[in-house]
Amino acid sequence: MKRIGFLSWALWFGYAFLYVPIVLLIVYSFNDSRLVTVWAGFSTKWYAELLHNDTLLDAALLSFRVAAVSATLAVMLGTCAGLALSRFGRFRGRTLFGGMITAPLVMPEVITGLSLLLLFVAMEQWVGWPDGRGVTTITLAHTTFTMSYVAVVVQSRLAGMDGSLEEAAMDLGARPAKVFFVITLPLIAPALVAGWLLAFTLSLDDVVVASFVSGPGSTTLPMVIFSSVKFGISPQINALATLMVLVVATGIFVASIVMARQERQRKRDEQMAIQNG
Amino acid sequence: MAGQPIRKPTRLEPWQDPGQAPYVRIEKVTKTFGDFVAVDEVSLSIYRNEFFALLGGSGSGKTTLLRMLAGFEQPTEGKIFIDGVDMAGIPPYERPVNMMFQSYALFPHMTVEQNVAFGLRQDGVAKAEIRDRVEEMLGLVQLAAFGKRRPHQLSGGQRQRVALARSLVKRPKLLLLDEPLGALDKKLRERTQFELVNIQEKLGITFIVVTHDQEEAMTMSSRIAVMNHGVIAQVGTPTEIYEYPHTRFVAEFIGSINMFDGRVVEANGDQVLVASEEAGCELLIAHATPAPAGSPVSVAIRPEKILLSKEPPAGETGVGEGRNRTTGIVREIAYLGDVSIYLVQLPTGKTVRVTAPNVTRRTEMPITWEDEVTLSWRPFAGVVLTQ
Ligand SMILES: Nc1ncnc2c1ncn2[C@@H]1O[C@H](COP(=O)(O)OP(=O)(O)OP(=O)(O)O)[C@@H](O)[C@H]1O
Ligand SMILES: [Mg+2]
Repeated sequence: MKRIGFLSWALWFGYAFLYVPIVLLIVYSFNDSRLVTVWAGFSTKWYAELLHNDTLLDAALLSFRVAAVSATLAVMLGTCAGLALSRFGRFRGRTLFGGMITAPLVMPEVITGLSLLLLFVAMEQWVGWPDGRGVTTITLAHTTFTMSYVAVVVQSRLAGMDGSLEEAAMDLGARPAKVFFVITLPLIAPALVAGWLLAFTLSLDDVVVASFVSGPGSTTLPMVIFSSVKFGISPQINALATLMVLVVATGIFVASIVMARQERQRKRDEQMAIQNG
Repeated sequence: MAGQPIRKPTRLEPWQDPGQAPYVRIEKVTKTFGDFVAVDEVSLSIYRNEFFALLGGSGSGKTTLLRMLAGFEQPTEGKIFIDGVDMAGIPPYERPVNMMFQSYALFPHMTVEQNVAFGLRQDGVAKAEIRDRVEEMLGLVQLAAFGKRRPHQLSGGQRQRVALARSLVKRPKLLLLDEPLGALDKKLRERTQFELVNIQEKLGITFIVVTHDQEEAMTMSSRIAVMNHGVIAQVGTPTEIYEYPHTRFVAEFIGSINMFDGRVVEANGDQVLVASEEAGCELLIAHATPAPAGSPVSVAIRPEKILLSKEPPAGETGVGEGRNRTTGIVREIAYLGDVSIYLVQLPTGKTVRVTAPNVTRRTEMPITWEDEVTLSWRPFAGVVLTQ
């Protein structure tokens, strides 16, 4: 009994640690006062003001665009990498390649950002592209650092997949490219969706890398928030953050419900099969 | 215990007919993984319409050999010919071969119908024909009502039949089956063995079946190759393998057998006389592989070929005092219904296994525990093994 008491205490403490800041942020987004730390009654006026703040809205739009494009590119490249690592069999330097694909996960963002900036500057001098820094460079940079995450997710999914499925398809006359699109891709689709969402969120909240490679007129939402904090937090930011939390939470909620339902359906089917068998 | 062969013998078996060209020819094929030799200089000829079994213990290289035939692995050395064509460098999707996988490998995101139709769709067969052939195939494996289900909605036996239908629907000349009945319970297994043989005879396809179940190999196949550590120990019909094993390994792998170590006393044509201290008598073997006098040999005798009696039997040729006859004490009796297994201990300490049909009821059994009995066998019963 004592242990259960301790465990539930640990549980509550852990969750409080995680969620109290977010709850505070949401609560204060409905604060009537301009001062973030003083509660002056309930109001939704910051949400209304937010709708007329073009700087924030433009930045948000830009961030979503960059996140969507870079996540899509990252899924394509990351899938290729994950596929090569798990299906090429044993080749020389496989361990090295495996390590190298995951290294960006632990690389300090400052270094990633700086090195990409150097690359873009050098490329502009040599080949004239990318022309200056802006949306393109941010998108490319985000693709670079998020594709490692996708590769890891895809690789682990492929490792868990029965390799004889692909062999069976080949045995029945499908060429390797066909096998990939008809068998492999549908089976790893959940990993691709997960990888895409992961890349999307990573891109959406990145400040450091984006600061290095952005140019005039290409300020992402986290950059705007970050710089505006220097002049004191406007409750508008709270309102914006609350909306973002809402969007993300809804997405995760829907995804987990869909997955849980699929799992239940599968269990039921299996039960049925055993009874009929 | 060996089962009875299901198939009826045909006139002249193709492997006895020098005019027949083998459909599959495996020539000195070796496969190594790093330093490990999984398949070691295997040579085999398999003929049209054969039901050929690869039999061997776990890790003996059966799957590896099958995968080389299907094209998933390349031989490290040696050549494989199918229908006279060298298979080197020909990818799996261009071989006239289909394979049924040990794990079935059904595509989980497709229905049963789509699974079976997959191979035909790759060949660009017309829609209407695909529908007909899939329907026909599902009828053959008695799954016509399950076409719209997904693999996870099927029981193990049903999945196995889907996998079979999928590998048969393209009407391959050669079908490779890797432990096709591994996941089935005994009843379903026996029924499916008959179904497989029926399908094979009906469609006239060459089957190569991998199994580690010797009874399954005996009942289904026209010939068996026994594999051990990557090497083919013996190739032959079920009867040859059972009655005339070439090596100790084959003799002990198939069914149960009694081994008596001894020394050749006299060799007269194909009649060999062996003195064995273990057996406590001399062993006379007719139709033995010739062995020079004095050489050490083992004599193998199947349990059902030994006669168990309370009194020494009279009037058997080749059986007499101190020859093909010895005495012992019954230590164990296992009653199996149709037969009983007796473990008889000889004065030398050696335990001999004897099976005898229960011609009388159990309660009237004349021989019981601790009885002193006579064991005897005819000269045709034993096999001389030189290794
Ligand atoms: N890709 C591989 N890499 C390294 N070793 C392998 C590989 N495939 C098989 N082997 C080894 O080769 C040997 C033969 O394997 P194989 O799968 O052919 O055995 P098997 O006769 O089919 O056994 P089982 O009855 O258990 O299926 C095994 O010792 C196995 O460990
Ligand atoms: Mg195997």
